[in-house]
Amino acid sequence: MSDATFLEYVVFFAASIMMLGGAVGVIGFKNPVHSALGLVLTLFGVAVHFVAQEAHFLAAVQVIVYAGAIVVLFLFVIMLLGVDKAVDLSIEPIKVQRPLAAIMMLGLVGLISAAVLKAGDAVLARGDGIDVAGAASPDGDSNIRQLAQNLYNDHVLAFELTSVLLIVAVAGTVLLTRKWPKDAYDAAEAKEEVSAT
Amino acid sequence: MIAAIEPSWYLLVASLLFAIGAFGLLVRRNPLVMFMCIELMLNAANLSFVAFATKLDDINGQTAVFFVMVVAAAEVVVGLGILVSILRRRPGATADDLVALKG
Repeated sequence: MSDATFLEYVVFFAASIMMLGGAVGVIGFKNPVHSALGLVLTLFGVAVHFVAQEAHFLAAVQVIVYAGAIVVLFLFVIMLLGVDKAVDLSIEPIKVQRPLAAIMMLGLVGLISAAVLKAGDAVLARGDGIDVAGAASPDGDSNIRQLAQNLYNDHVLAFELTSVLLIVAVAGTVLLTRKWPKDAYDAAEAKEEVSAT
Repeated sequence: MIAAIEPSWYLLVASLLFAIGAFGLLVRRNPLVMFMCIELMLNAANLSFVAFATKLDDINGQTAVFFVMVVAAAEVVVGLGILVSILRRRPGATADDLVALKG
């Protein structure tokens, strides 16, 4: 377990620096477009961490869905609304907000770090569980097979419900962003007023 | 076991990522950037899910990550839809401008 090679440490630290640097970029850049590109960097760093932990399917989904679809959606909305301008970060409506947020952030990191370091190896591997790493399998795609079996056997109801969630989200978004015809809107409003009175 | 880096290290990195996301969510006023900060926090949670799945040798952690990704996608779609309809009416609105919703 502790026989990490030099290369694994290099990968770990490179991916971590990429991830945290991208995250700092997201909150530090003035232009929302640059923030979105920082988000891409972070998502790729997380994907590298997934690969390093043998979660190959999740790494692929991370790159395709997150770094592909979601960030493109962000960029699309930024360009659609024309908000791709630098904003002034020095505007601070609530004076104590930033110091308080920094204190909260450091406290959070401190608490979680203390808990992780204190617990250490208290959380032991079960050993007899499913082989997540897939090392025993010769064909190398056992991670995907295990994930599929788990998803379609134990969590099949939740999986079906996610399709309902996505349909509701798409329908809701269409309803929210659609530009209704002016006269139809007025007619509906008038009808509402009549029914209200 | 192939993953030789201790899972605790991943948890520490994930806590840093979560804290940066939370800080950005509290500090930034641009609603789009606030959404990106939520994505950062969700990714930190995903990273710790995978670290625990490796540590405990249990595939359920990776299934949870899958569901988190689906919910995140739905959340982004609905959130950006709301944002588009707000910003179409009031260009350049920040999170502070939503006090106009007060009765």
